[in-house]
Amino acid sequence: MVDTSTTDSLLREITGPTPGQMLRKRVFGHQGLLFGGIVLAILLFIAIFAPLLAPHDPYAQSLMTRMQPPVFLGGDWEHPLGTDHLGRDYLSRLIYGARVSLMIGAVAALISGVIGTAMGVAAGYFGGRVDMVVTFLINVRLAMPVVLVALAVVAILGGSLQVVIVVLGLLLWDRFAVVMRASTLQVRGREYVAAARAIGASTPRVILSEIMPNIANNLIVVVTLEMAHAILLEAALSFLGLGVQPPTPSWGLMVSEGKNMMLFEPWMVLIPGAVLFLLVLAINLMGDGLRDVTAPENRS
Amino acid sequence: MTVQTTTSAVLELRNVTKTYRVKQGLFGKAKPLTAVNDVSLSLPRGEVLGLVGESGCGKSTLAKILLGLEAPSMGQVMVDGQEITAQDRLSLARRIQPIFQDPYSSLNPRKSIFDIVSLPLRVHGIGDKAHWDTEVRRILDIVGLPARVMNTFPSQMSGGQRQRVAIARALIMKPEIVICDEPTSALDVSVQSQILNLLGDLRSEFGLTYLFISHDLAVVEHLATRVAVMYLGRIVEESDVAGLFDDARHPYTQALLKSVLTPEPGLGVPDTQLGMAYPNPIDPPSGCQFHPRCPMAGAHCKSVAPRSVPTSHGHVECHLHDPDSPMYDAKVA
Repeated sequence: MVDTSTTDSLLREITGPTPGQMLRKRVFGHQGLLFGGIVLAILLFIAIFAPLLAPHDPYAQSLMTRMQPPVFLGGDWEHPLGTDHLGRDYLSRLIYGARVSLMIGAVAALISGVIGTAMGVAAGYFGGRVDMVVTFLINVRLAMPVVLVALAVVAILGGSLQVVIVVLGLLLWDRFAVVMRASTLQVRGREYVAAARAIGASTPRVILSEIMPNIANNLIVVVTLEMAHAILLEAALSFLGLGVQPPTPSWGLMVSEGKNMMLFEPWMVLIPGAVLFLLVLAINLMGDGLRDVTAPENRS
Repeated sequence: MTVQTTTSAVLELRNVTKTYRVKQGLFGKAKPLTAVNDVSLSLPRGEVLGLVGESGCGKSTLAKILLGLEAPSMGQVMVDGQEITAQDRLSLARRIQPIFQDPYSSLNPRKSIFDIVSLPLRVHGIGDKAHWDTEVRRILDIVGLPARVMNTFPSQMSGGQRQRVAIARALIMKPEIVICDEPTSALDVSVQSQILNLLGDLRSEFGLTYLFISHDLAVVEHLATRVAVMYLGRIVEESDVAGLFDDARHPYTQALLKSVLTPEPGLGVPDTQLGMAYPNPIDPPSGCQFHPRCPMAGAHCKSVAPRSVPTSHGHVECHLHDPDSPMYDAKVA
């Protein structure tokens, strides 16, 4: 009977570390990726378990305890981050607001990512007429100011979480298409693409298994940029009163509601603003980190 | 056209022409660019045909046509007597495989060596994971790479090692024909000879037939059994390798032979007497396309295109060797 564990370790020695092991090593050696990933994971955890974590009902008003200061400005622990102008618990609204921001960022980036990547890769790979049509559509889209179009659509259809997500998803694909088209153009002329075709690989296989892995790091960066972009746009739309409608808790809406008291109670703007900043920073750091970690030139 | 239709020819090209339409500016009319012009070649089983010519003469376009990556505008490519356009991509891929010029670009940087070498097996659905593993180990051993490279990535390998990986990928399906598109020109001189010797050994071991594309006659002399010289998309001379190196007929072939660098110091760069630069293929010269650079060209060469005439060891397209041409006697000069 051969001891399998010894043969396993012997084989390991002969073949060296597997690609997965090496990837793990690079991930844990990258500080930006770790910081971004941990912050994002915490925010995701908070968003998912919001009903369990929130100390109060985010919609419950209490006009007797309006605008209580947070604990570090002399408030009490009943409302650790104070209350807003209707006496709603600020911390609970912040926790529920994470759901709105993350949902909008993820879903809008997903919708626009699918649209833009499909268009860009098709344009870059097939060229010719497909490319002409896609380039025309990109130019049409770039000629429309996002905020104005979003404002107009929301004004017509009425503001709600679903409308904001769909509108942003249908508007933010331009950067995906531009970047994916350029990356595909660059990659499809490489000889390994010709080799895969000469081996007999089908067009979907060539695109998915030879081209996509080589443009994925650009895609990751665009995904994070557009996620952050969508989150900020939602905040802006909500701030203007045309995004998520009250009383739904949204960070942009909280900034908007706090702006009337900004001179007297600046924390009402600063707290949701800081959380928004932290989320966008974490997403961008993670995107940069993922690109660094997966780039082939950083492998040795 | 003189085409020997032998039954032993595993690869045969009949009057293959490839024309691209090149657009001139935004409103300009598209002009035809004939990259491959009326090429007929036959490659007997087990032989190595060297295809030589300058950059831009159509060698790589011809390789793409043979691999089924581009369709010829005219003419036929036959593999084992069957036209390649009539075959589906997968069965063609089992017969013809490429080795490309630049091993830094021909291996997907995102894939491990195992993924790269086993790709043909996976695309063709041959065997399972265990079978791929044994096959990859076997072929890596044959091309002289240790099995531990299976989990590494191309960026961790040297140029010579990468080219061995490319050879392993080409041979894992046991093809009949291998199209080598300048497989050594991107490598260091010391590594070139290793790869050439490996290709030579593999050929005798597996009975492979090579089409060996190169701009370097020294490399071709080392490996080829027959040589075809290409100029502006045409085969201007075809010959067995000894005949070409001892008794080149076409002035262009003679100039190419002169251009081979010798290791002797002090000789400097050889003067090929070719003078002007390579002509624009969109606007090729009239008559014999080589006449503006030919040291022996006469008035007849400028107006009439030469026909293919047989020689003792092949055939050549040149008025100097055509007994019916008024230029026939000029070659003594």
